Amino acid sequence: MCLAIPARVTEILEDGRAIVDLGGVRRPISLALVEDCRIGDYVIVHVGYALGKLDAEEAERTLALFSGLDADAAGPAADAMRAA
Amino acid sequence: MKYVDEFRDGARARTIAARIHAELDSARRYSFMEFCGGHTHAISHYGISDLLPPQVHMIHGPGCPVCVLPIGRIDLAIGLALERRVILCTYGDTMRVPASEGLSLIKAKARGADIRMVYSAADALATAKANPDREVVFLAIGFETTTPPTALVVRQAQADGLRNFSVLCCHVLTPSAITHILESPEVRRFGTVPIDGFIGPAHVSIVIGSAPYEHFAEEYRKPVVIAGFEPLDVMQAILMLVRQVNDGRAEVENEFVRAVTRDGNAVAQAQVAEVFELRPSFEWRGLGEVPYSALRIRDRYREFDAEARFGLAYRPVPDNKACECGAILRGVKKPTDCKLFGTVCTPETPMGSCMVSSEGACAAHYTYRRFRDIDVKVA
Repeated sequence: MCLAIPARVTEILEDGRAIVDLGGVRRPISLALVEDCRIGDYVIVHVGYALGKLDAEEAERTLALFSGLDADAAGPAADAMRAA
Repeated sequence: MKYVDEFRDGARARTIAARIHAELDSARRYSFMEFCGGHTHAISHYGISDLLPPQVHMIHGPGCPVCVLPIGRIDLAIGLALERRVILCTYGDTMRVPASEGLSLIKAKARGADIRMVYSAADALATAKANPDREVVFLAIGFETTTPPTALVVRQAQADGLRNFSVLCCHVLTPSAITHILESPEVRRFGTVPIDGFIGPAHVSIVIGSAPYEHFAEEYRKPVVIAGFEPLDVMQAILMLVRQVNDGRAEVENEFVRAVTRDGNAVAQAQVAEVFELRPSFEWRGLGEVPYSALRIRDRYREFDAEARFGLAYRPVPDNKACECGAILRGVKKPTDCKLFGTVCTPETPMGSCMVSSEGACAAHYTYRRFRDIDVKVA
């Protein structure tokens, strides 16, 4: 029910909506709940609304953390995780 | 898909699993509750429990909005559709939730009720605009993820001067439910299991942020790790919980930093605060009445509140006596402890709500794990 999917914004429409690419499927969504969304951004889409933006740098750091980098060596992501 | 596939990588999962094994204190047992149905589904679907050492025990929590919706709320929706002849719009998840007298929304639809499955709250609003001579009610369910879209359509309906649209609000709140699991007298009476830490919600936390769990972690001395819904996210969160337990820490940590901040989505929070206020009490299936655990529509949007508009009065209805959904939602029992599981209660013909949604503990176990415990004999 709370599942949401990351999707890339491919087109900004005029009425506060956008077209996103969901693994090849294009569909319109609402941007009413996010600010400063640009083409190329990844947003988390839930029931037709972008709930938030996905931070590409943090995603890379989290992946690096999974791959065996020690938490202390992983830098800001690990710091952010501890500080949150 | 980018940001999905790489978080499902098997080799990385085994790396994290090896670390969990290495860092365990072999003298103790670790019990963690994953609050969300999304995590329950990931744990069953990707076989995460097979990668965990036997001392790490995952308890499925009540974070599936379909599963915690009590019979009485579905009865209200069915009454509106069958007796008041409204067009009832709902997310697909609620269609098969068992209600009173053997009914469900989908069975009511078969009896002629005008019940329409929608993907988005915006579709319900569009239905109202397309049918100006009919009353259209949106059965709004879900945690903090689906609430902001409902707030937006209520405001839009007011801005557009719609006279035939209202919302039957069943939106519930995550932090109060987590707290309730640990402190309510009912839960103490019914019994619950010792919990060493929580995996915190993924997408709910995008909206509310990580801050709302801080008070909880501090007051109840329980670690919380917010995690994404992909299998590697869950594995990493379990590792982080093991480390907190080993260190004697009880902090809120955020594994899902790619989407969750401390303060959450301020735009969404403002929309919700504009339209909704706390309900003094709301009944949850399995948890009973939970104070301040749900939302209702504020007076200034009263004309869009289906409960006010149709003079609805809530009537609680007990679950089927043999159904163990309540105990399963509190983490006291496993799906296989229920004698209805897999016999009369299956995803095709659910008796209890945990079998309805694919995120319910019973549906997840039935779909992915019901043959796991059976020894395979090779002739």
